[in-house]
Formats: sequence, C-alpha cells, structure tokens
Amino acid sequence: MKTKLLTALLLGTSILGTTGMALAEDVTLNIESWRGDDLTIWKDKLIPAFEAKNPGIKVVFAPSAPTEYDAALGAKLAAGSAGDLITCRPFDKSLELFKKGNLADISSLPGMDNFSPVAKAAWQTDDGKSSFCVPMASVIHGFIYNKDAFDKLGLKVPTTVEEFYAVLDKIKADGTYIPMAMGTKDLWEAATMGYQNIGPNYWKGEEGRAALIKGEQKLTDPQWVEPFKELAKWKPYLGDGFEAQTYPDSQNLFTLGRAAIYPAGSWEIGLFNTQAQFQMGAFPPPVQKAGDTCYISDHTDIGMGLNAASKHPEEAKKFLSWVASPDFATIYANALPGFFSLNSTPVKMEDPLAQEFVSWRGKCKSTIRSTYQILSRGTPNLENETWVESANVINGTDTPEAAAKKLQDGLDSWYKPAK
Amino acid sequence: MDTETMAAETRAKRPIRWHVGVFLAPAVLVYTAFMILPLFGTLQLSLFRNIEQSQVFVGFSNFRTLFGDPNWSVNFWNALRNNVWFFIIHMLVQNPIGILLAALLSSPKLRFTAFYRTAIFVPTILSFVIVGFAWKLILSPIWGVAPHLMDFVGLKSFFTPWLGKEQYALTALSLVSVWQFVGIPMMLIYAALLSIPDEVIEAAECDGVTGMAQFWKIKLPLILPSIGIISILTFVGNFNAFDLIYTAQGALAGPNYSTDILGTFLYRAFFGFQLQVGDPNMGAAIATIMFLIILAGVCVYLFLVQTRLRRYQF
Repeated sequence: MKTKLLTALLLGTSILGTTGMALAEDVTLNIESWRGDDLTIWKDKLIPAFEAKNPGIKVVFAPSAPTEYDAALGAKLAAGSAGDLITCRPFDKSLELFKKGNLADISSLPGMDNFSPVAKAAWQTDDGKSSFCVPMASVIHGFIYNKDAFDKLGLKVPTTVEEFYAVLDKIKADGTYIPMAMGTKDLWEAATMGYQNIGPNYWKGEEGRAALIKGEQKLTDPQWVEPFKELAKWKPYLGDGFEAQTYPDSQNLFTLGRAAIYPAGSWEIGLFNTQAQFQMGAFPPPVQKAGDTCYISDHTDIGMGLNAASKHPEEAKKFLSWVASPDFATIYANALPGFFSLNSTPVKMEDPLAQEFVSWRGKCKSTIRSTYQILSRGTPNLENETWVESANVINGTDTPEAAAKKLQDGLDSWYKPAK
Repeated sequence: MDTETMAAETRAKRPIRWHVGVFLAPAVLVYTAFMILPLFGTLQLSLFRNIEQSQVFVGFSNFRTLFGDPNWSVNFWNALRNNVWFFIIHMLVQNPIGILLAALLSSPKLRFTAFYRTAIFVPTILSFVIVGFAWKLILSPIWGVAPHLMDFVGLKSFFTPWLGKEQYALTALSLVSVWQFVGIPMMLIYAALLSIPDEVIEAAECDGVTGMAQFWKIKLPLILPSIGIISILTFVGNFNAFDLIYTAQGALAGPNYSTDILGTFLYRAFFGFQLQVGDPNMGAAIATIMFLIILAGVCVYLFLVQTRLRRYQF
C-alpha cells in the first residue's frame, strides 16, 4: 500500500517534471513539504511571485501528509527521488538529514545574514558552524485576551506578574468569565502554553537556555523552578474540571466568549479570527517587576533546505535566497497570520493581533523553547517529561521543586554537557 | 500374519493424503507470512541495537536496560501494574455482568430478548476511536452530558473530571472498555446456556432444584468451560490493549502516566513521540516481554485449568 502510494507519487512527480521540461527549456524545482494546508498560498501567491522575477525556473509545491512526511521523505531521499527543496522540521530531525548528507550546507547562501543567530539555531550543527536550512517562520507565545470582557470589567492589560494575578482575581470575583482557558488533559498545553510561555522571563531567555545546555545551570535552580511555582498558582483560575479539559475545549471556551484570557501560541490567530465574535488583544508574558527586560518564546518552527542530490543546485539556491528575502517574508506572514517571518527586516502585516504579537520582538528578547535543542535526544525525553510534570504541577500532583528535580534527574541520567 | 505384511497393508490402505496439505496450505502460508515471521522478526530485533547507523547484536542487553535502568524499569513496572488493574476490572466487572446478562436473556419469561441482545452487543462492533471519543465527550466537565444527567438526579456533587484525575482515570477507562466489550462474554455464555440439554434441567426440577439454586448448582458448572475461554480471551485482549487509551488519553497516557499500559508504553518506545525518537529495538524488547506475559497466561490456562475442566458428556 505504502510503496504503491509512493510509486504513484514518484510517477506523478516525474510526469509533472517531464511535462515542465517539454513545454520550455525550463528548470523545474520540486518542494517537499508537510504543509498541505499552505498549498493554495504557494500556488497562487508565493510561486508566481518568484517565477515572475526568475524566468526559466518553474517551481512545484508537492506536499505530503504531516504524519507521513518524515517517513516518505526519508524513503525518497534514499531512493534519490526527493525534490530539490526540502521543508525542514526544526532541530534533530533535520540535523540528522544533514549528518547523513541529504541536506547541503548553505551557511554562505546570500540572504542568510538576514537572520539572527537565534533564528538560525534550529537548523545548525551543535557548534553553530554550518547552517542547512533557511528559517521560514516562527510562532510566538503570549496571552490572548477577550477585549470586550476586559472593557466590561474595567481591566487594564497586565504587564507585571502582580498585575496579572490582580486581573485574574477580578475576573474570578466577577464570575461572568472563566479567568483563564487552559486544561491539563492533553499535557502539552501546560508545558507549551504554560511553562515555555512564561518561563523565559525567569531564566532570561537565551542566556538561561545556553547555560542549561552547557551544564552551567540546572533545572533545579531557582530561575527554572520559579515558572513551575507560577503554574501552580494558576490552578484556582482555570475552569471547572480543567483536569479533563482538552486543547480543543480550551480553544472553544475562549472563542465562545466564556473565558477571558487564553495562554496562547500565535498559530491560534488564524482560527480565532474566524471563530471569535468579540475583539481580541494580546499581551506578552508578564515580567516579575515593572521595568524588567521581557523575554518571549519566539519558537522557530519551519525552514527550507537544499537537497544535496539536487540536479539544479544553482537554481535551487536562487530560490532559497528568495525565501530568505523580505519579499517572501511579507507574502508569507500576511497569508498565514501567526506564523511570523524570522527575517531581521520588519515585515508589514495587516492583521492587528499578529501585529501585536510581532511588536514584542522590538521590546523583548527572543528565545526558543528550552527543551528543543540537544536536550531532548535521550531517554527519558526532556520535552515529554516537561509535558507530564507541568500538568502535574498545575494539578497539584507534584510540587514545583519535585517536578524540577525529576526533570533534572532524568536529564542527568543521559546528558553529559561538553566541558 | 507377521508384522511386516501388516505394516505394508496399512501403508497400502493409507496413501499419502495430499489434500490435507493442500487444504491447510492457504491458512498456514498466510499465518506464517503475517504472524509467525513478524513474531520472530520482533524477537530478533529485540536482540540488536542501533549503534552508529548499523544494527549490532547485543544479546539480552536491551532487556537488561528495560529491567535494570530506572528510566525504563519504572515506566515498565508502572505500565504492567496498570495493565494488571485493567485486567482485574475486566474480570471482576465485565465477566460477571456478562454472565448475569446472559442468564437474564436466557430466561424464557423475558420479552424483547432479541432487542436487548443486539443493543448490548452493538458497542462491541464500534471502532475504538468512536468509543474513546464519545466517552471523552460524555465525561467532559464542560460539554459532557454526564454532569447534567447527574445533576438531574441530584448527584452532581459526585461528578469529577474522571479522565483527568490520576486516581480515577484508569478505572474510568477500564469501565468504558467493559461497557464496550460486555457483549462478548454475554454472547458466549448465552450460547453455552442455550446448549444445556433440557433433560438435565428437567431432571433437576424433578429433584426440586429450581430458581437460583438451579443456576448455581446446575447451569454454572456446565458453563464453566465457556467462562474459562472468556477469561483467557479477556487476558489476551487486555494485555494487548492500546487503542482505547491512545484515543482517550494520547500516547503519553496521562495524567502522570496513570493510564499507561504495556501497549502505550510499547508505542512510545517503538515509534517515538514528539521530540522522542523511536527506538525499534527497545520497542521490540517490550513487545517480546508482552508476548511472554501473554504466552505464560495462556499456558497456565491450557495446562492447569483446561485439563481439569470436566465437560458434560451427552
């Protein structure tokens, strides 16, 4: 079944490829991707924009299902039939492809200097010397709130932790709204929208993340335990039965206007815009004291690399340079609000909520999720354990200290930082 | 007649019966290709380890990791404990209820038996995904019907988000599974009850054994072999279970691994999850242990229980 599908796919691409050739002496580039949702954006906006500027190069966007992408791509790369351009998952999955020689080193590609080191970190070797994918988009964490509810209750957007709890207390006292829409059933909400959302303010973003990887800091240090302590305080503000509340439940509670604040990732913007009947606003994770530097999780999510076995490396590089350009960033970020370009050049976006999110980049320091690079390679898996422990802390099953200790012990059992 | 001629005669009387082989071939071939070979493949896989992109033979080292390394063994024993509890609930709830339903259904006074029989059996043919999803919705504290229904009868205070509480989640899911599969013991026992010959029942009645006494003293001993079969089916089914937990609680079997059973543990190890990269060799080691547990259970049944069961001879 799978091989049949694969053969069909391969046949399909080869036929498409040859017809392209037959029509003109054009070079055809194929893009491998798991983002089937983006097919129309690529076909109608991105590819025409590129082809208009680069006559002689045809680009075909050929996505496969997200769950099959990694396996199908692996098989195609092994068989030598993969597309010229490969959409990259962040961190280890792409790093593995690079180590196997499937992805080309593109450190010197024109346009790569449009990106900050944090943006490139997801697609670099551990020492940061070679890059193998152009960063395309990231998602930013923060809190989305119901503006109508805030106006009705006369609430101001909180900037410090103290104000944050004051706002939550007022919403709770009023009783019309559930203060915060989050559940612990699916576990990852607690970790991704909770721990990784507010955490960077405590461990000082990149500084703490790098120190953790180097082994200079431990998860049991106060700056890593503090976010857990905050999560533990969230419990009274969550809805009834939050222990069995799933991620879609949380989304619905918020978009139906039953909850006032939603710990969010910017990828929600597109969906929330179509579903919510009220005004929405967003605020970054509150800082400890007024005037503190704020840190946000600006997590690199998707990139694009060059198949080392591509027959048209020059044309493919031209395309990648374009992907690294502000032109691409503008089209992409506007077509997919909530997926932000990682380009250093600010991108003009129409969506007000997306604008709000991206404006934090100007005043806060960006970092990525602490567990993603290097630290989730072993058993027990730090990312999975963080899911479980974050939920445990909110449920009250584990104290913040116990949770942090479990995570550090798990990490210590296999991770030996390079000295 | 000497023995040699006798042997020759039997040989002549019994030509090689090719048709036996021919008729067995399809089943044997299919079963070998899809069950036996993969089984040995798994056993073999569990003795290797991926070291620098190549499979290296490591003997029982994967099993030593599984039982000796606390990162694995804690999860393994937790999964096994949960699995045993899952099985106990089925044995204590599903099978007695199945027998009770069968006894009620076989009562000649009951009307609409066909309807009840079908209604109780229908969940069995539903997909796990539907069952898991439906019950997740029913028990949802936000949109579920369970809190409202309990409110109706004044029991709202007893409602908690069962699937989200560590102490209840596994029991709740076991009961969902019982709800889904109670039709199977019911059908098997029902068939066994119907096959009890009338003479036996009549003889019992002549001796004054009626009603409950008749069930306990006459019918129950006669359906014991069926109960044995059901127990072993439950055992095998429960220790292979995976789907319901996966659809209702996800691969991490939350909260805090409280619903993690061997199937979900195997899944995470073999295929990986999120950032966790799959480790087919450790996965195969877990699968091997599951196979041995089930094999041991089946052997106990076959050699200790089944040989002692006496059947009614017609």
